[in-house]
Amino acid sequence: MAVTPKALMRALIAAVAILLAATAGADDLHRFDDPALQARYSELIATLRCPKCENQAIGDSGSPIAGDMRTHVARALRRGDSDDDIRQAMVERFGDYVLYRPRLEWRTVALWAGPGVGVLLGLAAIAAVIRSRRDERAEALDDDEQQRLDTLLSRHQGNDDQDRSHQ
Amino acid sequence: MKKRYWLFVPLLIFVVLAFLLWQGLGRDPSHRDSALLEKPFPAFSLTTLENDERTVDASLLEGQVTLVNVWGEWCPTCKREMPQLLTLAERGVHLVGVDYKDTRDKGQGFLEEFGNPFALNIFDPEGSLGFDLGVYGAPESFIVDARGNIRYHHTGYITPEDVEDVILPEIRRWQ
Amino acid sequence: MLIEILPEIGLYAMMLALAMALVQAIVPLAGSLTRRPLWMSYAGPMAWGQALFLLVAFVCLALGFLFNDFSVDYIAGNANSQLPWYYRLSAVWGGHEGSVLLWSMMMAFWGLAVSVFSRNLPRDMLARVLSVLGMINAGFLLFILATSSPFERILPAPPMEGADLNPLLQDPGLIVHPPMLYMGYVGFSVAFAFALAALMGGRLDAAWTRWARPWTNLAWAFLSVGIALGSWWAYYELGWGGWWFWDPVENASLMPWLAGTALMHSLAVTEKRGGFKSWTVLLAIVTFSLSLLGTFLVRSGVLTSVHAFANDPSRGTFILVLLGLTVGASLTLYAFRAPRVKSPLGFGWLSRDAMLLFNNIVLLVMTVTVLLGTLYPLILDSLNMGKISVGPPYFNALIVPLTVALGLFMGAGPVTRWKQMTARELIKRLWLSAAVSLAVALMIPWLYDGAWSLPVSLGLLVAAWIVVPLAREPLILIRRFGLRGPGKLSRSHYGMVLGHIGMAVTIVGVTMVSNYDHADNVRMSPGRSVEVGGYSFTMTQLNETRGPNYLSDRATIRVTQGDRLVTLLHPEKRFFTTRRQAMTETALDNGLTRDLYVAMGEALDDGESWAMRIQVKPFVRWLWLGALLMAAGGILAVCDKRYRHRSRTRQTMEARA
Repeated sequence: MAVTPKALMRALIAAVAILLAATAGADDLHRFDDPALQARYSELIATLRCPKCENQAIGDSGSPIAGDMRTHVARALRRGDSDDDIRQAMVERFGDYVLYRPRLEWRTVALWAGPGVGVLLGLAAIAAVIRSRRDERAEALDDDEQQRLDTLLSRHQGNDDQDRSHQ
Repeated sequence: MKKRYWLFVPLLIFVVLAFLLWQGLGRDPSHRDSALLEKPFPAFSLTTLENDERTVDASLLEGQVTLVNVWGEWCPTCKREMPQLLTLAERGVHLVGVDYKDTRDKGQGFLEEFGNPFALNIFDPEGSLGFDLGVYGAPESFIVDARGNIRYHHTGYITPEDVEDVILPEIRRWQ
Repeated sequence: MLIEILPEIGLYAMMLALAMALVQAIVPLAGSLTRRPLWMSYAGPMAWGQALFLLVAFVCLALGFLFNDFSVDYIAGNANSQLPWYYRLSAVWGGHEGSVLLWSMMMAFWGLAVSVFSRNLPRDMLARVLSVLGMINAGFLLFILATSSPFERILPAPPMEGADLNPLLQDPGLIVHPPMLYMGYVGFSVAFAFALAALMGGRLDAAWTRWARPWTNLAWAFLSVGIALGSWWAYYELGWGGWWFWDPVENASLMPWLAGTALMHSLAVTEKRGGFKSWTVLLAIVTFSLSLLGTFLVRSGVLTSVHAFANDPSRGTFILVLLGLTVGASLTLYAFRAPRVKSPLGFGWLSRDAMLLFNNIVLLVMTVTVLLGTLYPLILDSLNMGKISVGPPYFNALIVPLTVALGLFMGAGPVTRWKQMTARELIKRLWLSAAVSLAVALMIPWLYDGAWSLPVSLGLLVAAWIVVPLAREPLILIRRFGLRGPGKLSRSHYGMVLGHIGMAVTIVGVTMVSNYDHADNVRMSPGRSVEVGGYSFTMTQLNETRGPNYLSDRATIRVTQGDRLVTLLHPEKRFFTTRRQAMTETALDNGLTRDLYVAMGEALDDGESWAMRIQVKPFVRWLWLGALLMAAGGILAVCDKRYRHRSRTRQTMEARA
């Protein structure tokens, strides 16, 4: 295979990742005696994004930086920091990127409000449809009409003259 | 018959979306600006790699524009990056190294083998300074201005081309 | 001899297919506009030829993989002579180039199927439908030939060995997952083509919906299976025990599924009642557009994901242009030609029409939510407004309540009458179901866990509420006609029932596994034992083994419950030698009510112990079981008599001719 620079880079990155994984042998299985702390820990590591990986939470990633971040979270929890403090500390270092739940701020208004607006618009549309047709309620296709539709459908079979008259 | 403009709404939405997607093309989705840009270099108090009795802190970086390079003996890309860093040192750039998650022996051995472009190396065995810098894989480089504020963050390998095209202009910009 | 030029034959076959797709795109359409039956009749043979030549191209590529022809760049990049033959075969679609060829071949076969099974369509309608399909496939073949040919050679110095298939993809689930997914994506092109043909012809009566319905159901069924397989694969292969990550690539497949679900229901209203005509056309366009958008997102390099293909921007530009042309043109056509007549049918708030409309709105809001969440980071970035992430917490917070709302209408919908009914009558029909559902929902958490739980009860309430009212109609028929009564309901009715039950089963699975799972990350070494979720896991052995193209650390975990031996599990950590990549091979003990799940993490510093993730996942199988039921429902509806009736008349006509 032609060794492209890109392929070379990829191979190098893979090699680095393996070496890093090998050096990061430290025991980072954080356990808490307090179940409430354990639950907060699980929640935090499931909602913080690993900055190095392709879309994984730090709790799901084997990369060394995710391990460091878990250690940091565990340490901060033991110190008594609040969840918000811990998230904020991560954002200060790695940016908003690490939050899987984007904070509500002016640039994320559309993100958070979009679905709600969609529901409201949808309801308004339904109301408009129902109201506009209230006075002109016609019958659904009764058997007679259904038959006519069926004959119409079957008449189209291979009958070209019929088709053109519809154009 | 009344024109029904709302029928154009889906088209309009699509056009906007397509434009935004077009804007997004060709961007590297994994590229991110550092969260520390325009912020002071994080506080630390660590020994130097050269001398385990000398403790330095962030004031070390004040007074001149500095290229802070995070490296480690365990990092193969760092070895390939050393020639570029040596070039930068020759061109008069003030370099400070952070020996990240390393042992003192290995770090010193690395500099003996590959050359030492750094005025000084901060020894960070636990990776605590690296973590505060938001480093997620060595090598990474920061340009810190004379007031100790981070001005530029280079994630990953500095290529030979980057020396002229990126790093030197950035250094000059903040001088 | 012939073997050596297989890639060239394949390339040539692809070019021929492109030529035929172009003819199919242009000539029949021109014929339908100028009323020339001869021109229109080009569509059928071109569809045959396109399918045939793409099959030839595909077979050439597959043979190249089987014979390890590493002079072909794509084969060298995605296979290895050590790779078992079945993975070498599935590697045909393991990378970008091969998978777009598969995409295009399926597209051709859908077109062929339409031309074969729809001979009784009005000729100009069929000509337009096939012409639209021809245009889409011509675009894709151009894309393949211009940017992504899988037959590119590395000459004059071909490598002796291939780079091997990504280990993540060396898995039986991945053999079938992409074909199913593409069948779904591509299948929606048929409904799209019918909608466009109807727009062009100005014939937006209920007829086109009847023709488009079975194709839509079929595509939807394929997509359901494809998504379920993807989720199942992620569950056991990625090693974290999650089954849905809200990853952009997963979302890309979910969006057309949601829109397609809305489309199926809207098609039903248009066919049965003649309502929502313009809306149905729009949904058909949107559904296929979302399939194309998914393709764009996965292959253009605009996002990072575990599943995304390695990609380059020139491809992205090409697909974006294709997307722009297809969607832009169809929405423009829609804006000018959408039906001007208001559907004459009125209906009240309490009617099946309104229920279906609610359901459509909810499904569409879900689609928009997934779209927003997937594209928002991209959009902010392209406006230079910073990098953010939108992940599971966002999607769960919005999709869960929307699903509850959807379930509400799913339960009530099937027992409401078309047009209008009084609140009193609706309550009369539903109160018993409501009471039964509520009782079930309140009791099960007690029985299962010994404690009440609001989220579990809510989830089960929705599931029961969807299922219980479905019994009403068969029960009435039994009362009236005895045991033969339920047979009077049509297959498409039972298809609906099965589909809804499938949804409920999935909801039960999601509810139970999200609330009652036990997970623990533990340090394990031989002899060591842990308790997780009432089971005791003991590591008895740790060996090193060797596979065809990997080395492996393999543990033996003895699982007991009380004194009873439940099973022996063998999680592995494999190291693939060619790619120098480590992979977690999870060990699973499957069950209808729970899975036991053990995955090896990293070796810990002492060299003897490993970090392991041990999980007990109740009812997780129900997730995928539900998806399979939904797909079965979709297929059952396709088998309805009224679609067969048409082919019977065709046969008699042919016999007469």
